[in-house]
Amino acid sequence: MTIRVDDDRPPAGVTRREFMVGAAGLTFGVLLPGCARVATMDSPSAALATTAGNAPAFSPWVSIATDGTIFIQSPAVEMGQGSLTALPVILAEELDADWSKVRIVPAPPDDKLYGNPGFGGVMYTAGSNAVRSYFQPLRIFGAQVRRVLLDNAARRWGVPVGELTTEASVVVHAKSGRRLSYGEIAAFAEIPAKAPEIKPEELKKPSEFRLIGQDVMRVDLPGKVNGTARYSIDVQVPGMLYGAILRSPVEDSAPAQIDDAAARAIPGVQRIVRLPFGVGVIAETPWAAFAAKDAVKVTWDRRAPGWGFDSDQAIARYAAAARNLETAGKPWDKVGDAAGAMEKAATVMEAEYRCDYAYHAQMEPLNSLAAVSPAGDSCEIWVGSQSQTMAVTAVAKALGVATDKVRLHDTLLGGGFGRRGHRDEEFVVDSVLLSKEVRRPVKLMWTREDDVKNGRFRPMSAHFLRAGLDASGRIVAWQHRVACDWVTPYMDPVRYKGILRENDVIAIAGSEIRTYDIPNRLAEQLGQDTGIRTSPLRGIGFVANKFATEAFLDEIAQRRGVDPVELRLELLKNTPRAQAIVRAAVEMSDYRRPRPGRSLGFAFVDYSNTMVAGVAEVSVDRQSGAIRLHNFWCAIDPGIAVQPDNVIAQTESSIVYGVGLALTERISLKDGIVQQSNFYDYVVPRMRDVPEMHVKLIQTPNPPTGVGQMATPLIAPAVASAVHGATRARLRHTPFIPERVRAALSA
Amino acid sequence: MAVDFRVNGRPVSVDVPNGTRLLWVLRERLQLTGTKYGCGVAQCGACMVHVDGQPTFSCQAPIEMVRGRSVTTIEGLSPDSRHPLQRAWLAERVPQCGYCQSGQIMNAAALLARNPRPTRAEIIEHMSVNICRCGTYQRIVRAIERAVKEG
Repeated sequence: MTIRVDDDRPPAGVTRREFMVGAAGLTFGVLLPGCARVATMDSPSAALATTAGNAPAFSPWVSIATDGTIFIQSPAVEMGQGSLTALPVILAEELDADWSKVRIVPAPPDDKLYGNPGFGGVMYTAGSNAVRSYFQPLRIFGAQVRRVLLDNAARRWGVPVGELTTEASVVVHAKSGRRLSYGEIAAFAEIPAKAPEIKPEELKKPSEFRLIGQDVMRVDLPGKVNGTARYSIDVQVPGMLYGAILRSPVEDSAPAQIDDAAARAIPGVQRIVRLPFGVGVIAETPWAAFAAKDAVKVTWDRRAPGWGFDSDQAIARYAAAARNLETAGKPWDKVGDAAGAMEKAATVMEAEYRCDYAYHAQMEPLNSLAAVSPAGDSCEIWVGSQSQTMAVTAVAKALGVATDKVRLHDTLLGGGFGRRGHRDEEFVVDSVLLSKEVRRPVKLMWTREDDVKNGRFRPMSAHFLRAGLDASGRIVAWQHRVACDWVTPYMDPVRYKGILRENDVIAIAGSEIRTYDIPNRLAEQLGQDTGIRTSPLRGIGFVANKFATEAFLDEIAQRRGVDPVELRLELLKNTPRAQAIVRAAVEMSDYRRPRPGRSLGFAFVDYSNTMVAGVAEVSVDRQSGAIRLHNFWCAIDPGIAVQPDNVIAQTESSIVYGVGLALTERISLKDGIVQQSNFYDYVVPRMRDVPEMHVKLIQTPNPPTGVGQMATPLIAPAVASAVHGATRARLRHTPFIPERVRAALSA
Repeated sequence: MAVDFRVNGRPVSVDVPNGTRLLWVLRERLQLTGTKYGCGVAQCGACMVHVDGQPTFSCQAPIEMVRGRSVTTIEGLSPDSRHPLQRAWLAERVPQCGYCQSGQIMNAAALLARNPRPTRAEIIEHMSVNICRCGTYQRIVRAIERAVKEG
């Protein structure tokens, strides 16, 4: 029996509200301006950075100053996705706040108050899961504060609360024409010990929204066009030294012999430190630290399992494992009796697909700054982590101190894409270990080469798919066997063993095809114990698994002689919302119109209830094997869009990310060692490589679902379909580098 | 040996070993952290500044190269963050994570200084030296076109 953990949702029976409201309740108080770290609309980034902000002694979601300034805590970190702003918008909506008076306060690390209900109550910004999971709780919190304001005004005026309404930051008694601003009420407000109860039907209807849907300016944007936005790599503190670490090329390997004579001779080098997993360098300047790291010579012990691993050879083993039906995988999506129905099927089709390792390539190489106290019993850290609380916890563990001895200054993230949210927060602990050595602040920076070589990757995978068709061609049985490296047990053993009940969601998510009307189906994982470092990467399992399922459907459509779009519409007959998004993509791309020299390909994805469909327009240079992606049309239905233009921006962004994964991005390993180094051999899309993108946002009155990565899985299958249309060649291995295209063309 | 040059109109003198890259001097000595470290090998453009008006990968430029010359960073592009490109960048809501955008804007400013009315193809060709991992390319093109139009 597979539990149906839908993406990263809590298991059935534990509702979002229990996580959020049950733990937090309402804290509502009057806070004097200046107490908190505040991201103001005018100078967001300066305030978002690291100044000596004391979090207030109590941790409210909302505080209202007597001048009317409204402080709203935002539990999401900002890595470009916009939820630092979007979450306060949701709360402000139900509070009926005047947005110009809102100041956003990055919430301090406190899972009980601010934990993400979509991740079992941990502060963790990932999985396109911020707006989605916080939407309802934040609305309730906003409405609760509004109710407290109304109650206070009713008492002051001696009128029934039912006669009061609100406008932007004002309580109004229409009968008497009296008005009290929220700031005026804050001056005398009595805060109830228990939060007032708000029923969902008391919340605003979407037609009453004033802020949601209005595209307020993201609070972090102004600082991002003038150089003032602060990332952890920008932080400097008095007495600071610079750190670099030569990490073992293979996970769990240790230095056997260290020759640091040349490194020590470099002027400015202060200390060379043996670490369990490598060698650290502490120096007075970054250039001395980097040079010393390069000069250290290390012989590594070879006890770790990853030594000897060759990805080109391994993928053949994965493929064999996927094809070997004698060995059952770990079931993920199990409906009906796939094996029985397959036996009875009139026709059985089979296909195999492969995906290489892929690297996040966030623009800011990993770094952090730590200042361990002289006594070694406390620490300040400056870092952009996708989880404030995981960062604090990992640092506390590394120092052997309580978490309240670790003070976090969270900064903007120069990209995340899943890389900065591992439970061990190794790049944060790196700086702490070095600072502990010298009891001075150390800014630890990974070079780009470190970031690639020490990368944690989207797993490599081989997919074996079987479909049973009845005499009429209808798909009655489906089996998808995914052989890939384990991810979740490595990146977050706590969540894996806990809320995920030992399901490797990061790797296997997206192999489910619940929206398609296929009565018997089984998706299963054959986890490979390789010792290779893995990670959630934008789109997680959806990118590889939807490439396999959508490309296979394209083959089935061809076999049946039906148009791929018609096949999808038939399979989606029970989900009108999905059919609508398919039709939208067809219409906007003018799908039926032939293009001389170019070809179209289609894909659909139900990504955690966000419906996306895409059409790729490509041409293929048969000589070189180069694929040119001219246009990409994408229709997306994420339910309610809190920040509609940002939904479009995120969709463009996830298309570009998908283009890289589909066409060029590839990590390979020899003897366990990553073969790529930098952007010259790990090739990400540049401006000249991206198609014209046409994104249509279709809002439906459904709760908002994710938008940060939903189009990424569309690209590879849509391109593969288009290439087949142009050449009759089937591309089965991402990325579709020219040599693979040439091989497919001559097959 | 000290190297004297100008940064954003201000004379500075730094004493660092020959060969030290301008990027690290700007960031860690002069506290001009708007210029970013992305790759260190002139592949991504996050470090782009102007040296005597020319777009330059500061991660490659040895400090002695700028002796007596004038360096402009994102902080010095305009006195009030109101350069037409900066305004257009906000109007088109270009940045996502934002880390590459200083370099993008500096390279775009260099383009417009040389070619005030670039075609779309010229924009794409010129800007393809800068990587944006968030994939804001389409909005960058729109912002540059807007800045050309609105000036």
